[in-house]
Amino acid sequence: MSDTMKNTLLFALVALLIIGTGIVQSWNTALFILNMGLISSIMALGVNLQWGFAGLFNVGVMGFVALGGLAVVLTSTDPVSEAWAAGGPRVLVALLTGAAVIVAAIVLQKRLKGRTRTLATVAVLIGGFVVYRFLFDPAVDAIEAVNPAVTGHLGGLGLPVLIAWPVGGLLAAGAAWMIGKTALGLRSDYLAIATLGIAEIIIAVMKNEDWMSRGVKNINGLPRPVPYEIDLQQSESFVQGAQSIGLDPVMASTLYVKLGYSLLFSAVLILIFVAAQLALHSPWGRMMRAIRDNEVASEAMGKNVTKRHLQIFVLGSAVCGIAGAMMTTMDGQLTPSTYNPLRYTFLIWVMVIVGGSGNNLGAVLGGFLIWFLWVQVEPMGLALMHMVTYGMAEDSGLRAHLIDSAAHMRLLTMGLILLLVLRFSPKGLIPEK
Amino acid sequence: MDFLNGLVALSNFVLIPAMAYGSQLALGALGVTLIYGILRFSNFAHGDTMAFGAMVTVLVTWLFQSMGISLGPLPTALLALPFGILGTMALVLLTDRMVYKFYRDQKAKPVILVIVSMGVMFIMNGLVRFIIGPNDQKFADGERFIISVREFKAMTGLREGLAIKTTQGLTVVTAVIVVALLFWFLNRTRTGKSMRAYSDNEDLALLSGINPERVVMYTWLIVAALATVAGVLYGLDKTFKPFTYFQLLLPIFASAIVGGLGNPLGAIAGGFVIAFSEVTITYAWKKVLVYWMPESLEPSGLVQLMSTDYKFAVSFVILIIVLLFKPTGLFQGKSV
Repeated sequence: MSDTMKNTLLFALVALLIIGTGIVQSWNTALFILNMGLISSIMALGVNLQWGFAGLFNVGVMGFVALGGLAVVLTSTDPVSEAWAAGGPRVLVALLTGAAVIVAAIVLQKRLKGRTRTLATVAVLIGGFVVYRFLFDPAVDAIEAVNPAVTGHLGGLGLPVLIAWPVGGLLAAGAAWMIGKTALGLRSDYLAIATLGIAEIIIAVMKNEDWMSRGVKNINGLPRPVPYEIDLQQSESFVQGAQSIGLDPVMASTLYVKLGYSLLFSAVLILIFVAAQLALHSPWGRMMRAIRDNEVASEAMGKNVTKRHLQIFVLGSAVCGIAGAMMTTMDGQLTPSTYNPLRYTFLIWVMVIVGGSGNNLGAVLGGFLIWFLWVQVEPMGLALMHMVTYGMAEDSGLRAHLIDSAAHMRLLTMGLILLLVLRFSPKGLIPEK
Repeated sequence: MDFLNGLVALSNFVLIPAMAYGSQLALGALGVTLIYGILRFSNFAHGDTMAFGAMVTVLVTWLFQSMGISLGPLPTALLALPFGILGTMALVLLTDRMVYKFYRDQKAKPVILVIVSMGVMFIMNGLVRFIIGPNDQKFADGERFIISVREFKAMTGLREGLAIKTTQGLTVVTAVIVVALLFWFLNRTRTGKSMRAYSDNEDLALLSGINPERVVMYTWLIVAALATVAGVLYGLDKTFKPFTYFQLLLPIFASAIVGGLGNPLGAIAGGFVIAFSEVTITYAWKKVLVYWMPESLEPSGLVQLMSTDYKFAVSFVILIIVLLFKPTGLFQGKSV
């Protein structure tokens, strides 16, 4: 069987699974799986850029995804003018001061020598921190006091929400650049721990800085790039159209909205996939793989390994940021407390490994397949538990416990899949050529 | 008097909690560092190993409680601890046989082993949630305090009170005993010496006839014991919730790296460095400063450098600083 044949079959299988969901369960579920599958594929492409192309071990995917979500709020929500009046400029000045202090400390580190260097750096950092807090705290209190039940934050720029997607990429790229600058020179395990940490910090910031993201109070009702269901149901032409193909208007409107997202997401996925594919087969992509396979030899050939690593780290993170922005747009709300590293970092890794690291097609396949399983293992587990406990008494405690615990089957299953693939097909379903 | 009051407040809110937390981190970091030294990879499943050990202990504790067995003023969990350790030992030996051994025989790259440990992490995490559920579980019993605030005030006549929870005292005492045992084992016994030899230079150790599988097995047994003790102490002191153990991974790794990965002494030092910085930076100093500063200079705000939710940021920043300026850690660790 040729490779093309095998790949087509694999993708056909995934399509069949999703269509099967539509027939057996509901088309809404099927489209939900499709949409999140598209987003997951994009995230997997981003991780594949870093791990598959360059061998960088980034376990901070969650942080970049969350930054993408933050970008949606900062770009597309309407600005809260009262809050801006209360303390907007002061917050900006405070943030700029903070950045200036850090830059000054770095410059001192580079310019000075010996004990003066340590003393000057510490003095600048402590003094800068006091000034920063002096500027920052009152402004934040003022902003958060403005109508806290509804806003209490600065709001965004009020731009169309589609612009938030590239902005999400930029935000993630900026963060990745800063992390890469400090952590990329380190060994692979250290980079892993560093990225794990930065992801937690990004989430902590989003949970706590209410003036920016409303923290755990969440932001609901983000603008959408597609029409609202309720508007569709009230539009006569839509209702007639739905009835003419024999669909209930309510059902038709939800499907219409989801399909709209599917089209938008597919466009982004194709764009990123083609770009990644071109990159992989370009001289640049070959250089990346050469660096991955033998850093010393590539350095001897005159390649700047650290710079290339930084470059691809920023690119991969930006892709994750774009996907994060798309996800928040589809959800229509930003809820910082729902970001969980198991779901947003390690699951993406399972997708890349199962799909085939180093192969873009593999990453996309892994994204769809693993996402499908992540959603469907729960009902499957429940059915399995009902079957296992079939003979038990109705009121048996064990039976109730087993059925309650079925929801946790998905973590077990994901771990099992990852270990099995690593053991028996370590190159994944679609191996790198 | 004011100075003493300030000191008592400082001990009550900073020093004692940090001591207990530091001991827990040190025990966790010792496990990570041993795995790194002998098996040469960062074990991402360590947090969930701790959760598993604590879970078995919680279940056995409940059994004892229902049978009416208790240790009087001490928590029943101490009695259940050996069972937890045995359960965890069985689990890690099983995972080693079924999962890690294959890659060891292949001499796989460390990063592959890290990814494998991610898979193990998923499975252990799922297993714990499957058996005991994702919620908070209470299993602490016995006397709550060694010294309570009221007793302390009556005893000393100071305005500030000092409370030492039984679990805090227990944590520190247990940690000291466990660490002493570990170092005795590593430095005095034949197996311990062969472990250190294997960690220092694998080829030389193999040449002198040390059986690598035996070394690996002992390492896993010790790591299981350490992880369970750390997990149970943390659960007694705070609360048992599977997800918090997963989140402990970051401060534990930070401790191990700050001390120098692969160096047991470093892991202990790292644990206390991380714990003390986390607690001091997220503590609102007003209470202490009120006593120590002249009245005219008394702070108006809380004097809290960072809100408590940023405690991850603290361990992270320390980690980065140490890595940038002293990449092998405070104590000479390995750098592979």
